[in-house]
Amino acid sequence: MLFFSFFKTLVNHTVTIELKNDISIRGTLKSVDQYLNIKLDDIQVLNEDKYPHLSSVKNVFIRGSVVRREAGLAKQGGGQGRV
Amino acid sequence: MNPAEQPPSTQDGNVLGGAAVPQPGPPQLPPQMFTTAAQLLDLTDKKLMLVLRDGRKLLGVLRTWDQFANLVLTETKERYYVEAPSPAGPPRKLFCDIPRGTFLVRGENVLLLGEIDLDRDDEDPPGYVEGPVEEVFEIQKRQESERKQSDKTKARKAGDFWGGELEGSGEVLF
Repeated sequence: MLFFSFFKTLVNHTVTIELKNDISIRGTLKSVDQYLNIKLDDIQVLNEDKYPHLSSVKNVFIRGSVVRREAGLAKQGGGQGRV
Repeated sequence: MNPAEQPPSTQDGNVLGGAAVPQPGPPQLPPQMFTTAAQLLDLTDKKLMLVLRDGRKLLGVLRTWDQFANLVLTETKERYYVEAPSPAGPPRKLFCDIPRGTFLVRGENVLLLGEIDLDRDDEDPPGYVEGPVEEVFEIQKRQESERKQSDKTKARKAGDFWGGELEGSGEVLF
């Protein structure tokens, strides 16, 4: 519940999610749930050339189990790391 | 409770008897917003790009789901992206779509779901052209098996280093 509450405070902030398969996605955090599944709006894939399949995708739902780490903007209090 | 007292409002939390001015808390967002159901409800009946843990990309319309992110997709196409090495010059970037019909996907295999922006969907992915299915499929199969081999070796070496099997070792993550 702790991290769930933490993520709730980050709603509408820009965050960068790094997935376990090395894709990094930056977007606006719109929603989170108890499993730490994440919804991001207006995404930008940071290593775009390696991953072309998300070129026409604006919003994503990311399953919590595939997230390696999440980084918020520095001025909003730094990031949380988890393995 | 003294009937004359106002019952504390849900926003005030620890305030007893109205002594202190309540601090403004974080903006009160509707609690239903924060469930898997709420997140996936927005995506229902929309054309989605589903990326699975083994690297497959499925395009389809999300019909239904549950709390584990088990999904039912209809009109599904499996899309493959390859860089075909070409003897003269840069590799040709090809993609192809294979129609698959209706899928039920178990939630644990889902990596991410992306809502496809229909305006941008008409264009080919940047740098890629549609290629013949047989060719793309063959190249993809070959590259996949090569990568699986090297991933297995890497995972085994990592496991040896750390003294045991790692979570998800041997499984191809994209």
